[in-house]
Amino acid sequence: MLNPLFYLQAIGLAIAQIWANKARSALTTLGIIVGVASVTAVIATLMGLKTKVLTEFESFGASKIFIFPNRPDNAPRNLYPWEEIRLKPHEVLAIAEGAPSVKAITPITEIGMTVESDDARLEGLSIVGIWPDWHQCERRGILFGRPFTQIDVDQARQVCVVNEAAIKELKLENDPVGEHILLGGRRFLIVGVVETIQSMMFGMSANKSEIFVPFSVAEKLQDKFFFMRCSALVKSPELSDEAKSEIRFILRRERGLGAGEPDTFAVEAIDQYISQFKALAASVTAIAGGIVGISLLVGGIGIMNIMLVSVSERTREIGLRKAVGATPAAILMQFLLEAVTLCLAGGFVGVAIGQSLAFGLTKIPNAGLEKAEVPLWAVAMSFGFCAIVGVLFGMFPAIKAARLDPIEALRHE
Amino acid sequence: MLLELRDITKVYRVGVETIHALRGVSLGIDRNEFVAVMGSSGSGKSTLMNVLGCLDRPTAGEYRLTGQLVSRMGAAELARIRNEQIGFVFQSFELLPRQTALQNVELPLIYAREGIWGWRSRRRRAIEALTRVGLASRMTHRPNQLSGGQKQRVAIARAILNRPAILMADEPTGNLDSATTLDILALFRQLHAEGQTVIIVTHEDDVAAHCKRVIRLRDGQILSDLPIEKDQAGRFVDDVNERQRQRAAARQTPPARTGEAAAC
Ligand SMILES: Nc1ncnc2c1ncn2[C@@H]1O[C@H](COP(=O)(O)OP(=O)(O)OP(=O)(O)O)[C@@H](O)[C@H]1O
Ligand SMILES: [Mg+2]
Repeated sequence: MLNPLFYLQAIGLAIAQIWANKARSALTTLGIIVGVASVTAVIATLMGLKTKVLTEFESFGASKIFIFPNRPDNAPRNLYPWEEIRLKPHEVLAIAEGAPSVKAITPITEIGMTVESDDARLEGLSIVGIWPDWHQCERRGILFGRPFTQIDVDQARQVCVVNEAAIKELKLENDPVGEHILLGGRRFLIVGVVETIQSMMFGMSANKSEIFVPFSVAEKLQDKFFFMRCSALVKSPELSDEAKSEIRFILRRERGLGAGEPDTFAVEAIDQYISQFKALAASVTAIAGGIVGISLLVGGIGIMNIMLVSVSERTREIGLRKAVGATPAAILMQFLLEAVTLCLAGGFVGVAIGQSLAFGLTKIPNAGLEKAEVPLWAVAMSFGFCAIVGVLFGMFPAIKAARLDPIEALRHE
Repeated sequence: MLLELRDITKVYRVGVETIHALRGVSLGIDRNEFVAVMGSSGSGKSTLMNVLGCLDRPTAGEYRLTGQLVSRMGAAELARIRNEQIGFVFQSFELLPRQTALQNVELPLIYAREGIWGWRSRRRRAIEALTRVGLASRMTHRPNQLSGGQKQRVAIARAILNRPAILMADEPTGNLDSATTLDILALFRQLHAEGQTVIIVTHEDDVAAHCKRVIRLRDGQILSDLPIEKDQAGRFVDDVNERQRQRAAARQTPPARTGEAAAC
């Protein structure tokens, strides 16, 4: 209906109009600029975290499986008492022997204890009981000394492995292998120093002290119905599902669960955590979207206000355009395009600011945001929303302009 | 008949008051006529002009333009008619201040239905129109860099761009000095000589004397509708001294005109 020339001149006119009122346009679009910039930065942060966490999961191994006790949903406590559903050492042994897809498995249990060295005393440190396979499951090797051996476990020797943070806190020598420390009053020989991996997700960090003892030792120190969980490593990532069903089968058999009964334990692979994280990231993105929605609404009202001013300032111009043949639709379209152009210009500045914020985030040391970047879909979404805001809030002023009577408009002072 | 008015009335309502700006105007204008509309202030000249120019709709009556019943059309159709059939020149020029003379002249093409003729032909047409009004050397000037007479020429170029059926001007020389007024009137005469239908609203007998037919209004009604002697109009333009002498004579001779001359 309107010819292409019209659109060309309307867009040119809109840009000229914005340029002619630079300060006013900038102030008007401030709401949109701030909204778009903040949401862009939030999305960049999320994307950075996501990339980081996912690579972490991957290095951690898609072939890792966790086993832990789990009361069936909505089941009454007395039907599944703790002593029945807790993992028991013989069950772990059964898995170690009976599941062909499992390469390595270790029970893990923690006890809070007082630790003393010659020069330091730490209260309530958590001591972790493990099997030698733990190093393989967790991919954490030995820096000095040696890992536990099967003999350490079988004979329940009073030996321990520490990490570097523990060395520092207990004021031990840099290579403490051969020294003794007291765990709950008992003398333990330090046989090795274990690697520290930095991981934000699993609460392990370089500055947390860790002390490990053979599982059989920990078992003796624990209460009767102590809590333990398991980490297992699958032979290859593709076998993850198979390993899960093997473990499930063995545990159900060990526990004598009938055909209709639910599992009293949980077997989960790391990919389940990935999908959980993704769901979390999606909901944070949705919240950020809500925030940007509100700021765009505020920005949109600013746009409507300035467009109303523009229409009344240019009443004579509108009258003239109508006199030379502009239809109401052409006037409507011109002012809509102007509002949309204004919003898109604001969106452009907002994306640029958001982009530089994201770049700034990557430069913060130790924030874990090296990978923060604005994805293309976020840019496209920002512009899309800006255009929608322009149309929605430009509509009322544009209709006002389109309805002006040509004679009255030309008489306007 | 190029256009035909039948019993046109226009009523304005301001609060409780009703103002009858036009009360039953009927007239016809043929192709290539050169008409002056005269009358005292408030007699309804502009109102009639706005109806003729399809800028306004009459309260009652029929208006046919090139056979189409314009008085029943909606806003969009009227816009189309204004774009294609009518060139309107205003007393205060109405140029867009930020655009060059050429861009101002091109404006009606933006709203043309037949779409884009291409950038070049569009430019050529605007340049042609500007050349016709004698402003070939001022194409890139902005309105604030032009004299009043030049601004009105730009406005005329814009009005004739789409080769309208009627060229209309509401007191086109109202804001101009007498020498510039003569220039602009010469331009209208030239356009008329080339076949253009022209309708001019004016207060001044001098201006009306350039036309071929004078329609006089009083209180929204047609008082008289008379042709002007051809040789008389010719003499008005050709010689300045003769013009002044004739003007003095004209004030006394035609009895129908004396009232208005006094009003001016
Ligand atoms: N928009 C309007 N609302 C109310 N009354 C109006 C309107 N426009 C014109 N009028 C009235 O209609 C009558 C005719 O006005 P019009 O403008 O046609 O006169 P005119 O002959 O052009 O006068 P002038 O020579 O002063 O320009 C006047 O009484 C005027 O007050
Ligand atoms: Mg008037």
